[in-house]
Amino acid sequence: MAKTLPKKDVVIVGVGWAGGIIAAELTRGGLDVVGLERGKERKTEDYFMVHDELRYAQRYELMQDLSKETVTFRANENMRALPMRAYGSFLLGDGIGGAGVHWNGQTFRFLPYDFEIRSKTIERYGKNKIPDGMTIQDWGITYDEMEPYYDKFEKMAGISGEANPLAGKRSSDYPNPPMKKSPPIQLFEQAAKKLNLHPYMQPSANLSQNYTNPDGVSRAACQYCGYCERFGCEYGAKADPVVTVIPIAKKTGKFEIRTHSQVRRILHTGGKATGVMYTDVTTGEDIVQPADIVVMTSYVFNNIRLLLMSKLGTPYDPKTGKGAVGKNYAYQVQKGNATGFFDDKKFNLFAGAGSLGMNLDDYNGDNFDHKDVKFIHGASISIGQTGFRPIGNNTVPSGTPTWGKEFKAASVKYANSALKVGAQGSSMPWKHHFVDLDPTYKDAFGDTLPRLTFDFEDQDKELTAYMTDRCAEIMKEMGASKIDKAKSLGPYEITTYQSTHNTGGTIIGSSPDTSVVNNYLQMWEAENVFVIGASNFPHNSGYNPTDTVGALAYRASEGILKYAKSGGLLV
Amino acid sequence: MAPTDEKKSANPPQVREPSRRKFLVNAGKVIGGVVVGGAIGGLVGCNPNNNDNANKASPSASPSAGGAQAAAEPKNYNRALMFFTQEQFRTVNAAVERIFPEDESGPGAQALGVAYFIDHQLAGEWGFNGREYMSPPFYHGETVQGYQGRLKRREIFTIAIQEMNNYSQAQFKKNFVDLAADQQDKVLEAFEKDQVQLTTISPSGFFKMLRASTLEGAYSDPLYGGNLNMAGWKMRDYPGNQMSYTDVIDKDFTAIAPSSLQDHMAAH
Ligand SMILES: Cc1cc2nc3c(=O)[nH]c(=O)nc-3n(C[C@H](O)[C@H](O)[C@H](O)COP(=O)(O)OP(=O)(O)OC[C@H]3O[C@@H](n4cnc5c(N)ncnc54)[C@H](O)[C@@H]3O)c2cc1C
Ligand code: SF4
Repeated sequence: MAKTLPKKDVVIVGVGWAGGIIAAELTRGGLDVVGLERGKERKTEDYFMVHDELRYAQRYELMQDLSKETVTFRANENMRALPMRAYGSFLLGDGIGGAGVHWNGQTFRFLPYDFEIRSKTIERYGKNKIPDGMTIQDWGITYDEMEPYYDKFEKMAGISGEANPLAGKRSSDYPNPPMKKSPPIQLFEQAAKKLNLHPYMQPSANLSQNYTNPDGVSRAACQYCGYCERFGCEYGAKADPVVTVIPIAKKTGKFEIRTHSQVRRILHTGGKATGVMYTDVTTGEDIVQPADIVVMTSYVFNNIRLLLMSKLGTPYDPKTGKGAVGKNYAYQVQKGNATGFFDDKKFNLFAGAGSLGMNLDDYNGDNFDHKDVKFIHGASISIGQTGFRPIGNNTVPSGTPTWGKEFKAASVKYANSALKVGAQGSSMPWKHHFVDLDPTYKDAFGDTLPRLTFDFEDQDKELTAYMTDRCAEIMKEMGASKIDKAKSLGPYEITTYQSTHNTGGTIIGSSPDTSVVNNYLQMWEAENVFVIGASNFPHNSGYNPTDTVGALAYRASEGILKYAKSGGLLV
Repeated sequence: MAPTDEKKSANPPQVREPSRRKFLVNAGKVIGGVVVGGAIGGLVGCNPNNNDNANKASPSASPSAGGAQAAAEPKNYNRALMFFTQEQFRTVNAAVERIFPEDESGPGAQALGVAYFIDHQLAGEWGFNGREYMSPPFYHGETVQGYQGRLKRREIFTIAIQEMNNYSQAQFKKNFVDLAADQQDKVLEAFEKDQVQLTTISPSGFFKMLRASTLEGAYSDPLYGGNLNMAGWKMRDYPGNQMSYTDVIDKDFTAIAPSSLQDHMAAH
């Protein structure tokens, strides 16, 4: 029999970016909040030995332990789903701060087009532009409605950047100036301008200068140390929940964090949650935490899995297209790129920061005419200088053997002389891409693993080929001695890292028939349950997700405070 | 009774450990009014673009030499085996040198200690696939689904080394270590291209793992037993662990003497 604890106003499931923001906003609003986090406590002091590529980047020190929990994957419904036994395609966060501890900090707003993608695509190109089975839908919230929340996230995190000439209107500038322009970035900028494109410095959660945010939190400037993504920042220069929102929540005295607490079920009766059941992983004890409001911020896979395991909401049925929990899983189409080898130039490629880079959006969203291409949406094209660590970066010109004398000579020669221009492509949802519960495989507690059904489509292949050509044009202008273009996009495989930009499954929308949550992230089918994360995205844009996740979390916290007063569906 | 391969690795290129920079260590140093706590204390603002320090290195400033035994080349207690038998070690030591051979650009895998690195890794969590999902049932999967076997890395290595010798014997009537370099390449190539018929393991899967761990051994922090004296990093102008590149990030290529995690430890 599970032990039952005294009731709280709010229980948060997972304390990463979304959970941290919710905790700060709700405790400031006077609510009594407990955060349940399956992983451990984290603090800046932990990163004394962090400049260790093997431990953090190759062995995934900070990420979820897959021996306890993973996802299963199949390309389509005719294939047997099998577990992702080792890391590859994406890396799941774990512990206080979640993946927000080891992200890069590239912080983009989605485009106005994204929020009304279906209407705007039909308006410009007609209904036939959307292929059969592509399930894009409007978000039920517009860019203009999202703008204040983006602004709030960016000020809290202290984003360093300059306005993107091809994006939606901003109510204010970024709180910090852009980061320093390294020589490769300068080359990219000159080339892009010559091609009449619109480059801008990447909006960065690595601080370009010392900064005190509106909450009064001070952080130091980024040192371009080159150990950023997959690592924690020993300077607190990278915005992460542990150095921004969580201390604010704690200061109120109304936030209790319980680490090592794996949430396993949302408890509910009569269409309302009563709390959650979790296991204290240090003792194995099952515990019930009753609460008036349950907030799910356990990242895409567990947001979906916990709803399905708890039988809350209507599961998506790919045959009929009915139900919404698990629907519209999408990802990121990351493989369009061109690598340039510079025989007579050498750069400080060992130096860098997670979001040091330059982008252009001339080929993103609907910023260009799609009449003559066989895809919709697009990609942000960029050059990045994240710090090219030696195990992970051994790029050699095509035709070079992959081992032996020639490989070694070329990999050493180009260690500081190979640059890449890459495209971060949007990913559209399809009727047959979804997350449900696996029939076979279980986690360490005997609970069912989430099952992912996903593959790349023609849309993605066309987009990749188009973007690869655009990347190569820029690289040519940059003066590379030799350019290698990315191969055409093959099937999706779960074995090589692409991005931790999994999206969909608990999507936002304006109707309970086609979405899980309304535009306050409140569940249509359980008014005191709020679900937040990239799992809310009905499709994924040509950008990294977290600015939008953060903005949605601020939006949700406004809704939750309203709900705590008045109750009922907010929309 | 050092085997031939051992001789080579016993004589790594004599690379002097460069000095660590002398960091200020008062924790909570103030930069521009912001108190920086945490793991780095007072490292902010150090100029990383400082080759002079390395040149000026006095033996007593060298963390590997510290104190009284400054002049003597310290014994490397890391050079013993945790997992491999001596024969397995010799086979791997020979194979990794073919993957990453010594040449004009610098030391190869043997001189860098890659086989020791792999041995030590197989002895620990990685060798046991400790943080990977190894629960049944096991089914043969599609390539896109990744590794689906039940064998752990240490078991794969054990089988693969035996099979490398079996194949070497079948083709050339000698064990792998006794083959000429080009014959060794042929054996490795046969594994890489799945030309070896095996029912136990995937030859190409093993080759991929061997190649990847060779690079890891060449370039990971020397703390793990490879990248001896940071010679792997020096070869490609990689400065290792530095606290700040603020002064060079917008500059042209700048040579910086490498620094290891041990240097960082010693500085605090
Ligand atoms: C290497 C890497 C680089 C990235 N770079 C960028 C980037 O540059 N820009 C960008 O926008 N995004 C980036 N991301 C993505 C970014 O990290 C995520 O979008 C963001 O962290 C999502 O926030 P979240 O709160 O939804 O999830 P998380 O931050 O992952 O937090 C979820 C938390 O829930 C906990 N949890 C899960 N299940 C349970 C359970 N059952 N019980 C209790 N707790 C649970 C987890 O342990 C975790 O702490 C990157 C990710 C990675 C891995
Ligand atoms: S690059 Fe900058 S933000 Fe990233 S970890 Fe290093 S100091 Fe921190």
